[in-house]
Amino acid sequence: MTMLAELARLIRSKNAGPFELTFDVMFEDAARYERVKRSGALTREAVAQRYGLSPERVKFFYCDNALAVKATIPRPAVQGDLYDADGHGGQQYAPLMDIEIP
Amino acid sequence: MNEIRILSPTGVCGSGFLESSFEKALALRPHFIGCDAGSTDPGPSHLGTGEAAFPRAAVKRDLRLMLKGARRIGVPLLIGSAGTAGGDPHVEWFCDIVKEIAHEEALAFRLAVVHAQQDKTYLKKRLREGRIKPLDPAPPFEEATIDRSACIVGMMGAEPFMRALELGADVVVAGRASDCAIFAAMPVMRDFSEGIAWHAAKILECGAAAVVNRRTPDCMFAWVREDHFIVEAPDETLMCTPQSIASHSLYENADPFRLIESSGTLDLTESRYEQHGERAVKVSGSRFLPAPRYTVKLEGAEKAGYQSIVIGSVRDPFIIRQIDDWTGRLTERIHARVNQVYGETLKRADYVVHIRVYGKNGTMGPLEPVKEIRSHELCLIIEITAPTQEIASSIAGIVRHQGLHLPIPEWSGLITALACPYNPAHLDRGAVYRFNVNHVVEPDDPLEMFRTRWYAVEGALFEEIPE
Repeated sequence: MTMLAELARLIRSKNAGPFELTFDVMFEDAARYERVKRSGALTREAVAQRYGLSPERVKFFYCDNALAVKATIPRPAVQGDLYDADGHGGQQYAPLMDIEIP
Repeated sequence: MNEIRILSPTGVCGSGFLESSFEKALALRPHFIGCDAGSTDPGPSHLGTGEAAFPRAAVKRDLRLMLKGARRIGVPLLIGSAGTAGGDPHVEWFCDIVKEIAHEEALAFRLAVVHAQQDKTYLKKRLREGRIKPLDPAPPFEEATIDRSACIVGMMGAEPFMRALELGADVVVAGRASDCAIFAAMPVMRDFSEGIAWHAAKILECGAAAVVNRRTPDCMFAWVREDHFIVEAPDETLMCTPQSIASHSLYENADPFRLIESSGTLDLTESRYEQHGERAVKVSGSRFLPAPRYTVKLEGAEKAGYQSIVIGSVRDPFIIRQIDDWTGRLTERIHARVNQVYGETLKRADYVVHIRVYGKNGTMGPLEPVKEIRSHELCLIIEITAPTQEIASSIAGIVRHQGLHLPIPEWSGLITALACPYNPAHLDRGAVYRFNVNHVVEPDDPLEMFRTRWYAVEGALFEEIPE
């Protein structure tokens, strides 16, 4: 088992407009990307579970030509609204880092 | 070869670029220079207050180089989302800088100013007609929302830029605009493939962000041709690879393969990325699917209230181990004291007390998966949002005193529980805003929501002229 953060070259989160939050998990090479893609550990369901959502609220993509996995969720609080703590959405990815990849 | 060459000096006007890269790009003889100048990313306050996110001096530095460069080689300069949020005050602020530069540099040009701020009567009419539709997710949008809004802008498509170019604009300063529309307008107008044009635009709108090794904001250049485009950064130390260009469609997008614009959807599922020489990438296969119905996305902001905050920290391990209970009791104490002071004139529903606990779950709030903390100190930001600044400040004064002396069972006698680094202990934040719309309008015509004013600029002269 390896942690996702050890395989990715970059895991990031960012606003996709004021109402959505998007995650990019990017890889240096095809081998590591394919390993994660085939593992079945980084999925729509895995993301949903880590952000307390039902899977149908998660948009999920494998981007082969970018060697990246992408997920988008409704923002927990609208950007800049009273209970929002992360105006750019940039520090919301930590729960993805320790996903175990076989 | 039939092509359009495009220079994007930087991702946002005001974030900077190297003058050396800009000069190299001008030598490649672009057909126009385009630059995005705004975003919702800096937050709702800019749309609400009319203030820009980037400093005036920084915008002026970038804009001076762009205006002088465009006039020197005699090509149009297209600016979108002026002044961050692209409402009327933002556009006015931006045009004032244009005016100042024209005077200082003795420049002459025909200026088109395209306004994107929306008339409330117009929006109510479209709402009643059922021609304002929610995106997902969207807050409720009613006539009362329109009334409460400080500012609502429409995000223009490529059409207002095309029209300004057709009518001979040398410089276009547009309010809120699709970032890509700035760059797609000319190639689409000249009948290049819309898939190629919009995809090139998508890469260009962020300046050099799509290179492998960006160190600082800088220029990007594209050659848009019949069935492909080539993209390269003018600075020879910057490199594009198929992966870096393909990856760029991920950034700040909900869907990496389908990018929605007013007139249709850019579909990247069949896009091909190939290395072209050492530093450039060739892209082909991108498609544009025209929308059955033209739509204009709305962005609006309304005042959420006035805010004051108290910043304080806790070092006592007894308090830290019961922090949730302690902040809960503090909140109740604050409410009780506010009730003593204001009585029926200020109800509990009229103001919000929110305590952020850094060192525990300040960044992620209820989504924080780590429940057990080992922090030896915590930072609290106690935030009051109220109908007026005076009330917010008064409650913050109450917060300070209640917080300082809130007892815990472990100690008997008067304690001082919060370390306050600032004096006075509270900071007034003024009016705070929230985004209140995520909807699209279905106009009759792509231009009907965007009126253009024309100006003849010659040194110190800045005169409105008929279209």
